[in-house]
Amino acid sequence: MRREKALIFELGSPGREGFSLPASDVPEREPADLIPSTFLRERAPDLPQVSEGEAVRHYVELSRRNFGVDSGFYPLGSCTMKYNPKINEDVAALPGFAQLHPYQPEELSQGMLQMLYELDQYLAELTGMDRVTVQPAAGAQGELTGLMLIRAYHEHRGDKRRTVICPDSAHGTNPASAAMSGYKVLEIPSTKQGLVDVKALEEALDEDVAALMLTNPNTLGLFEVDIPKIAELVHKVGGLLYYDGANLNAIMGHARPGDMGFDVVHLNLHKTLSTPHGGGGPGSGAVGVKKDLVPFLPVPVVEKVQDKYSLNYDLPHSIGKVQGFYGNVGVALKAYTYMLQMGAAGLKQASSDAVLNANYVRHLLKNDYWLPHDYGPCKHEFVLSAKNLKDKYGVRTLDIAKRLIDHGVHPPTVYFPLIVDEALMIEPTETESKQTLDEFIEVMKAIAKEAATNPEVVLEAPHTSVVGRLDEVKAARQLVLRRQK
Amino acid sequence: MSRHYLPHTDEERAAMLETLGLNTIEDLFNDIPDQVRLDRELDLPAPLTEPELYSRMYALAAKNANLNEYAAFLGAGVYDHYVPSAVRHILARNEFYTAYTPYQPETSQGFLQAMFEYQDMICELTGMDVANASLYDGATAVAEAALVAVNATRSTEILVVDTVNPAYRAVLSTYVTPQGFPVKELPSVDGVLDIDAVAANVGPETACVIIQSPNFFGNLEDVAAVSAQLADHKALLIVVADPISLGLLKPPLEADIVVGDGQSLGNAPSYGGPLLGFLAAKQKLVRRLPGRIVGQTTDKEGNRGFVLTLQTREQHIRRDKATSNICSNQALNALAAAVYMSLMGPNGLRQVAELSLQKAHYAADKIAAVEGCSLAFDQPFFKEFVIRTNQPIADINKELLQHKIIGGLDLERYYPELKNHMLLCVTERRTRGEIDTLVSVLEGMS
Repeated sequence: MRREKALIFELGSPGREGFSLPASDVPEREPADLIPSTFLRERAPDLPQVSEGEAVRHYVELSRRNFGVDSGFYPLGSCTMKYNPKINEDVAALPGFAQLHPYQPEELSQGMLQMLYELDQYLAELTGMDRVTVQPAAGAQGELTGLMLIRAYHEHRGDKRRTVICPDSAHGTNPASAAMSGYKVLEIPSTKQGLVDVKALEEALDEDVAALMLTNPNTLGLFEVDIPKIAELVHKVGGLLYYDGANLNAIMGHARPGDMGFDVVHLNLHKTLSTPHGGGGPGSGAVGVKKDLVPFLPVPVVEKVQDKYSLNYDLPHSIGKVQGFYGNVGVALKAYTYMLQMGAAGLKQASSDAVLNANYVRHLLKNDYWLPHDYGPCKHEFVLSAKNLKDKYGVRTLDIAKRLIDHGVHPPTVYFPLIVDEALMIEPTETESKQTLDEFIEVMKAIAKEAATNPEVVLEAPHTSVVGRLDEVKAARQLVLRRQK
Repeated sequence: MSRHYLPHTDEERAAMLETLGLNTIEDLFNDIPDQVRLDRELDLPAPLTEPELYSRMYALAAKNANLNEYAAFLGAGVYDHYVPSAVRHILARNEFYTAYTPYQPETSQGFLQAMFEYQDMICELTGMDVANASLYDGATAVAEAALVAVNATRSTEILVVDTVNPAYRAVLSTYVTPQGFPVKELPSVDGVLDIDAVAANVGPETACVIIQSPNFFGNLEDVAAVSAQLADHKALLIVVADPISLGLLKPPLEADIVVGDGQSLGNAPSYGGPLLGFLAAKQKLVRRLPGRIVGQTTDKEGNRGFVLTLQTREQHIRRDKATSNICSNQALNALAAAVYMSLMGPNGLRQVAELSLQKAHYAADKIAAVEGCSLAFDQPFFKEFVIRTNQPIADINKELLQHKIIGGLDLERYYPELKNHMLLCVTERRTRGEIDTLVSVLEGMS
């Protein structure tokens, strides 16, 4: 199984080419005749020199050393690794969408603008907000944008507030985004039940608080049942409620952040709305707001006047632009096609099945692993702990994760949320069949058994991957970030 | 509704509920308080089957003019360079595009190695020591670079020349204003930066000077001269670069950070997104960089492997003290860039740059000879240039559309003093015939 793969720089030979370009059809002139030679490169960049076939084989081999949702089960908690419909890819690749310049005339971009306008409406309906921008490129940028909107809203009212509250179970991006938008972060503890401690919140709230950032269901996969009370408390001191939409896949068609009292929402279109994760991106972090915050949205927004769509830059109170152009519209397109195909009933069924799958797996694994929050139903995900196995057999969550690789399963999110020791955060999603879930449950049970009977095999895992467990400490201490020449 | 993404039959749902000791799926939502439950169906369009959806989307796409049907002379940050077929085929590999961030390296070696190779190629192009594994776009890369400079220098003032892409300056301002870092725009003279203005403004409070070369007007800036002005200051020099130009032009070695948009390396214009922000820097800044970085290491048997490294910079570890909040990036676009650079190699990239340079100069020379048209600046330029005309740009562009040509960018919106000025871009995809048509339309209107 173990085999190194040559770097692309180690393939090919000098002078080999993987491209063809037409000869110049204008009179050829030396570059030095057109621009001063001081501007010209003296040494060519040391890029690969391979044929097209060699390049394709190289990258196909690399792809075979990678695992995607189409390879197998990928229960990566909080990432919603659902199946990515293929029609979405074909649609987004149509030249009438992909081959558009952002500055081409609006009258020649009506189809794209119509899509953006309608997606805004669909997402607003899905979340219970008044308007949505798809300009932010990813969830974290959605958070940053949302917090800038909150800041602009307060400042417009002459209200200087400096604090953003995040629960200790929050995604790391929440406090990082708050800091980047100039706020001081105040972390509040969760209750034993894993929920927002309403009392602690009440004590933390004052007129310096700009917003509370919340994920609901939270990162333990539990619904924040006190949300009406929380919203009331935050609003009472003049603060706003921010919804981290990473977990929206739990509640589509069942409940909406807007109805819970949230003022600003970001959505990860690459999670809930099925667009592929691309090995880390591109995603889309659409942001929805209630009408009081609409004047501050990033420019431009898409407007419709008498069946004509246009880009409106005339928002005098706008926070400005967060992307060079209009966001990852190629990703937004795929979310749009997904919503058109699923419809209202389909989206609700997707969330229903996502929650059913999570509860099913949780129920059948809770005797083999520690389930720290063992009450009620969970939503689309849940957090197990390997603490029982660590204490008894010295087998940790990381070992279990690596052993899962041997069984053709992508490991869950590990060591997050931070409030659970040896956390294994599992999100099956709705697109997995009962057979897949049953197989996963069997594998997890088998690993728990192995931890007791043959811990070495777990501690040494993975055994079947192209490389063994990698030394991450060495990578950070002896930095090698490119070829060593 | 579309059932083919939802595998459960009703019998299977019932069996799973029975395992849970429940009767209906609704029982799993009983924890949601009634007052926030949605008591109606979402108001969304009736669902379409796949054939219906394809027809509808095909029709919607047909309402847009695309760059295969129109010859576009638009650039301004997004470029119509040819994307080889092999790039699209590699990007369609399911193991790549349906994966997420490679948190588990042993099962993600393919993407990690591709990103390691990408980082190396970006370093080769820019002349920098280290590169990250992508940011959202060129505009946010500028903003992130400025934040690196603020942290590295403990100074807060950001100087940016007004020849930097206006969209990039807009995003920069959005990013740094909430944190209270002042941005000062430096004027230009004859389409390039004013070195005296740099000298007069840089001081102990300066975190960085941001310049772009080729700049927004296509003109080449004197990077070394700016660097010399900063010699006695701690301020960092941030250079925005066009990666295609670096196949031919000297890399900005004097810079501390080089950023830009890598869309032109194998990515479709996509109406401005997804694009590809790249960021490369000198070694001394490596621990301050934003975003994912891939490093080489070994397994226990000594096999070479790759992992995400220096993660203690990042939000999932450092939370509010992180170097940036970025999590998801533009990995697939970076992969496209890596495949593109692999296919093109040093010779191909140079040829793309040379063809663009030659055709742009051919176009500029012919337009300058048209009555009523002239070049706005007397500067060396790469593939973009500015013309001054004696009539409204909107009128010219309207006429050009009749000839299936999308003209250049009307600059007045971004530079009010540049009324009747147009920014034109000529890549290797533009033919002599298209350029000659553009020129003859201009002649006909003069």
